[in-house]
Amino acid sequence: MRKQGLWLQGMSGLGMAFLYLPIIVLVVFSFNASRLSATWQGFSWHWYGVLWHDEALLAAAANSLWVAVLSTSLVVLLGVPAAMGLERLRGRGKQALDTIMLLPLVLPEVMMGVALLLFFVMIQWPLSLATVVIGHAAFNLPVVIVMVRARLQKLDPRLEEAASDLGASAWQTFYRVTWPLVRPAVLGAALLAFTISLDDFIVTFFVAGPGATTLPLKVYSMIKSGLSPEINALSSVLVLASMGLVGLSLVHQRR
Amino acid sequence: MADLSIDIRALVKRHGATLAVDHVSLQISRGEFFSLLGPSGAGKTSLLRMLAGFETPDAGDILIDGRSMAGVPPNRRPVNLVFQSYALFPHMSVTQNVAFGLEMKRLPQGEIVERVSATLELVRLSDKRDRMPGQLSGGEQQRVALARALVNRPAVVLLDEPLAALDQQLRQQMQTELKTIQAQVGLTFVCVTHHQEEALALSDRLAVMQQGRVMQVGRPEDLYERPENLFVARFVGVSNEVRGTLTDVDAGEGTLLPGDVSSSRVIRVSVPAGLHSGLQVVMTVRPERIRITPGHVADGGANCLYGVVETMRYIGSEWQGVVRIGESLRWTIHASNTAAGSRPVPVGAPVSLQWKSDDGVVIPLT
Amino acid sequence: MNPWSSSKEAVAAPCSRCGGWRLLGPGLLWTVLFCLLPILVVLAVSFATRGTYGGVLWEFSLENYRDLLHPLYGRIFGQSLLLAGMTTGICLALGFPLAYYIARLPPRRQALWLIFIMIPFWTNFLVRTYAWIFILRTEGLLNTALMQLHLISTPLDLLYSNQAVLLGLVYGYLPFMVLPLYAAIERIDPALIEAAWDLYADRWSLFRRVLIPLTKPGIIAGCVLVFIPSLGAFLTPDLLGGARSMMVGNLIQHEYLVARDWPLGSALSMLLMLIVMGSLLGYFNAQSQQAGERGER
Repeated sequence: MRKQGLWLQGMSGLGMAFLYLPIIVLVVFSFNASRLSATWQGFSWHWYGVLWHDEALLAAAANSLWVAVLSTSLVVLLGVPAAMGLERLRGRGKQALDTIMLLPLVLPEVMMGVALLLFFVMIQWPLSLATVVIGHAAFNLPVVIVMVRARLQKLDPRLEEAASDLGASAWQTFYRVTWPLVRPAVLGAALLAFTISLDDFIVTFFVAGPGATTLPLKVYSMIKSGLSPEINALSSVLVLASMGLVGLSLVHQRR
Repeated sequence: MADLSIDIRALVKRHGATLAVDHVSLQISRGEFFSLLGPSGAGKTSLLRMLAGFETPDAGDILIDGRSMAGVPPNRRPVNLVFQSYALFPHMSVTQNVAFGLEMKRLPQGEIVERVSATLELVRLSDKRDRMPGQLSGGEQQRVALARALVNRPAVVLLDEPLAALDQQLRQQMQTELKTIQAQVGLTFVCVTHHQEEALALSDRLAVMQQGRVMQVGRPEDLYERPENLFVARFVGVSNEVRGTLTDVDAGEGTLLPGDVSSSRVIRVSVPAGLHSGLQVVMTVRPERIRITPGHVADGGANCLYGVVETMRYIGSEWQGVVRIGESLRWTIHASNTAAGSRPVPVGAPVSLQWKSDDGVVIPLT
Repeated sequence: MNPWSSSKEAVAAPCSRCGGWRLLGPGLLWTVLFCLLPILVVLAVSFATRGTYGGVLWEFSLENYRDLLHPLYGRIFGQSLLLAGMTTGICLALGFPLAYYIARLPPRRQALWLIFIMIPFWTNFLVRTYAWIFILRTEGLLNTALMQLHLISTPLDLLYSNQAVLLGLVYGYLPFMVLPLYAAIERIDPALIEAAWDLYADRWSLFRRVLIPLTKPGIIAGCVLVFIPSLGAFLTPDLLGGARSMMVGNLIQHEYLVARDWPLGSALSMLLMLIVMGSLLGYFNAQSQQAGERGER
């Protein structure tokens, strides 16, 4: 029953178009030469040029990259062992631990944001870029854990047994057997966490200190202060960067 | 013409470049238990699915009860299929599963309840009527699948390898049940299987298929006793063969001059109509028709070959062995285990193999 | 059954128990410190009182929760529930045909389509929401195009409304509905569909009696995955909504950063969290109940 009705095909095509239309529109109009964004007045790289010379923007971009790199590293260092640990544990506590570790995934972002804000205020930790890194690491951790665990579960458990039967220590087993097999998933997860960190707004919004502007925060303030085609250009850059990164992650995962 | 349930006319089906079904024509009478037998890839499943309506033929036509099925989708054919995997709806109870087809036809509720009860009794599952498929054993699931098809009283019931998933014991049991049920309901059954014993046991008639073509159609005895080609001879039982030239053909009898084994004896065969002297043929004999005598029998008359026992295996009800005749000809023999502790002949011993000329079937080599 | 728990057989890895804890430790600590603890802080603050200049006075009070009963807050909560519910419904209506279509494609094309569905989701949410502003505002793309085609004479007032918020939410969370639906549909034994057809079902009966019951877990999963984030949405109503389109997320932000009434904001957060947890519990319950019904235990 592989033939699909025309109606179904049409609906699906429309669905996909709906998903991509706004993105395409954004990218196309970022090349619009006119200041009045909605009428096409010729192709131009002008707004990308403006972007390139916007100091504040570039600073924000640098911040975003820093935060992404740092939080992703943290998340990988914490998450990979955590995933392995969760896979090994049995017993009744397991369910509770699973729930705790995966909690950030189900919390509304607003909730995470205000909770962290309150927390930092209570322990009198001043808001800064560091608090942003901490926040990102907190909600990205489950992402890595889920993805690495998925890969671990597909691994033949006998492999580790075989290694130890052949005399390998726990570290050797990990380094020579487990890690090479799990590495693609880790890289994929890292890329994903990196992208999420780059794009994050809400949690960042609540816990960023003065001067700790990231790119999404900058975009938000630009939108709130009045529209300019510059935003289109910036948006296109962000979108294409994200798509590129995610595409890479997914392609990598398929191996 | 007898009451034709299914009339398949020159059916063709291609899968890519291969011909899955190659100009097949078959007639199946009403109330028959008909089997399609063949190895995998023979095209029998394609044929079955075309009967059900899940695949469309590339050429040819199928008529059920005289009505052409061209362009008729599965949900409007008077045909029901018992799936190999049973395909029971996991979220419906046994009763709901069985009632499904009747509900789709919008029959009145009272009639549905009645027919479902009757059918469940027929397959002896009345006490499991409210169970879910996940709570049933394999054999029980199979009976639900059967009931689900039977309750609709279709013109044709199709069965796709119905007993494949059952273990040996259950299989024998279900074979008997299936046959009994079919006789009781009197519907036309078309069954697909690759299990030759089963096909012979269940069917009124069967068709042996290979690579999309029907090799022979007939009653089980016809196919077993008088195969018309080597494929059927080999597929429907064990075939002990001698190649040679046919001579002295006269009134249904003739002599075979063996080509691959030297024999001082004469081999007499019964010759089917249409064959004449000079033809290259193969004679085939079934293992159980061969009498084994230790040693070389001097005055055995015609149809006697000498050989040496190569292997002799005990499988409980009988001994199965291989006897080497001449350089390279090997025949399989079966000897009933008539007395405990008795081995018919030891390995390595010389034996004489004898059979009646009626039991040697001549098949022309094309 | 917890959908995230592993179903593999227990394997005795070298020193598995202590090894497991040592590996999990740092990650667990981090989560407890920066996720669990902050939530507990919120819980605590929700019972405190607002200080004169913002900040918190540690005097136990149920005032905040009582304030929640004020009709203004009630209206906002109600609107949030309504919008989240409508988003879920629309995503279901749009997502099911899409998921069904993908599930019946050949495997290679399936993977491709799924990737394409997920990619927009992983791009910047802010940017995608901005795209809709660009399209829908009075001088936006849609209005300009329609006016140039002389289909309208005055621009349509599409932005800054509940409808715009709905559009933004559906747009943002559709992939979340499609994926679990796809997984559920894909898992259905194709023989079951054929069996229904063989038993005289028409397309509608097939859908209603076979497809829907068999994909129920997927449907519920998708609904939960869309409902929860929609409920707590902040950016979408903030950017696309009008003055009257305030949702819980905006309210919380308002209380924290504008009105500086942290206790009240905390109480709001806890209420939101309660609803979210409640939905999740209901979801898990439905899953295990379903397995029980089928005699799969």
